[in-house]
Amino acid sequence: MRLRELAHARTGDKGDTSQISVIAHDPGDYAYLAEHVTTERVRAHFAAIVRGKVTRYELPGLGALNFVMEHALAGGVTRSLALDPHGKCLASVLLDIDLPDRQRPPRA
Amino acid sequence: MKTIRIGSGAGFAGDRIEPAVELAEKGDIHYLGFECLAERTIALAQAERLRDPDAGFDPLLVARMQAVLRPCAARGVRIVTNMGAANPLAAARATAEVARGLGLAGLRIAAVTGDDVLPLVRDGDYPLLERPGTVAGLGERIRSANAYMGADGIVTALRGGADVVITGRVGDPALFLAPLIHEFGWAADDWGRLGRGTVVGHLLECAGQITGGYFADPGYKDVPGLARLGFPIAEVAEDGSAVITKVPGSGGRISIATCKEQLLYELLDPTAYLQPDVTADFSGVRFSEVAPDRIAVRGGAGRARPDTLKVSVGYLDSFVGEGQISYAGPGAVARARLALDIVRERLALTGVATTETRFEIIGVDAAAPRPPRDPLPELPEARIRVVGRTDTMAEAVRIGNEVETLYTNGPAGGGGAWKSARQVVAVVSTLIPRALAQPSVSYEVA
Repeated sequence: MRLRELAHARTGDKGDTSQISVIAHDPGDYAYLAEHVTTERVRAHFAAIVRGKVTRYELPGLGALNFVMEHALAGGVTRSLALDPHGKCLASVLLDIDLPDRQRPPRA
Repeated sequence: MKTIRIGSGAGFAGDRIEPAVELAEKGDIHYLGFECLAERTIALAQAERLRDPDAGFDPLLVARMQAVLRPCAARGVRIVTNMGAANPLAAARATAEVARGLGLAGLRIAAVTGDDVLPLVRDGDYPLLERPGTVAGLGERIRSANAYMGADGIVTALRGGADVVITGRVGDPALFLAPLIHEFGWAADDWGRLGRGTVVGHLLECAGQITGGYFADPGYKDVPGLARLGFPIAEVAEDGSAVITKVPGSGGRISIATCKEQLLYELLDPTAYLQPDVTADFSGVRFSEVAPDRIAVRGGAGRARPDTLKVSVGYLDSFVGEGQISYAGPGAVARARLALDIVRERLALTGVATTETRFEIIGVDAAAPRPPRDPLPELPEARIRVVGRTDTMAEAVRIGNEVETLYTNGPAGGGGAWKSARQVVAVVSTLIPRALAQPSVSYEVA
């Protein structure tokens, strides 16, 4: 199952830092996301571009994870040679992560 | 209970204009904010101001004012914007001119300055953020230095009776926080309210990004009416709680999901969103749907503001040359790869001096980083992109030329070549003691 089935995501940028929020469509899936969408998974997924630290902030009350990837924008929006210097596309790329299939509990 | 309705009329310099007119005419708002100043814009605008003392503000300022001044004046809607860029005083004069042309004599326009700290920092040992070096180390290449100012200058202008407030660099949320401080009389150390007001400002500052823009994903997150996207309105109560909504009948959608995405947009540590007015904590924010396209925002907190202000420093960084060309049909990707190899070899053979390059295929690995060993897919078309950084414009031009010559010297069927060469004014950041940048307000009356 792809992450896209369980979550939506949005990219923001600050200097050379890319930030991606991963938000559960159903807040009941938050714990599952927190278990599987780890800092290591995200770092590996973006190994081609991230040169710095990856930090994950947990927001259980919002059913969301916030990933902050340092030195990930080829020097920053204003000098990057990338086609997408802001990294706007990266959130959608992250949603391609494969997760183990999940048995959903029946709805009450 | 008193409620203040604030609309957001632009989320970036080039944003659509009609949604702001719709807000002014039908939004039943008290304030209309426009966030139009990207990081680099002010550095470019500074160069224009040096050439012409009446220039250096947002190029769309006159068009936006032309569109919204009359409906705003008719309803007493006050405008707050950072469209002053490098020259708020000239922007205020230009706005007064527009107002006079519209028959709005007496309209009071404030210019808030004080963000330009170039003379104070250019020779300083202020360390750069995210990279080695100091501001002084940028030497002759430095073009601008602007501090992210807080809400206080705008509040002063509103107290001074301004109908329109035009600033240079301020923290984006401050454009929306300032009217709340003014209307509710929030104290400068009421960190909880300032934190919640910052939540509201942050939700509004990108305009359509909370009403369904930057959100739609067909089949997963559908949004109706994006071609006539409505921009947001916050109905804010004295305690800083709010309802986010839009003009009934406008396009787009406001949902808990759009609000969550925008709340976390550009956020690093959610418990410490550093702004000039407060260190806001977004972790306790909660959303609930009170009606379709009406989302209630509760929670959010704040702690003491930082002792420093962030400063964006613009400088001449380098030159960039680029070329693109397309291939289609069977073997398109293989021919695109061959084309990239040829250009790579040509740049080496002819000695083009680059300090950084990218060779990529749009549709394969240009916007989406891929693991290097992935087999290349077969695609109906492929467009190569070669881009490189150089020290001179002359070298930059040679990069695009080497792509263009693929027309007659490269793989079969190369079409649609395009090239460019440009100078890069880049931005780095530093921090200064906040006392070094004090706002100053002056008025222009139409």
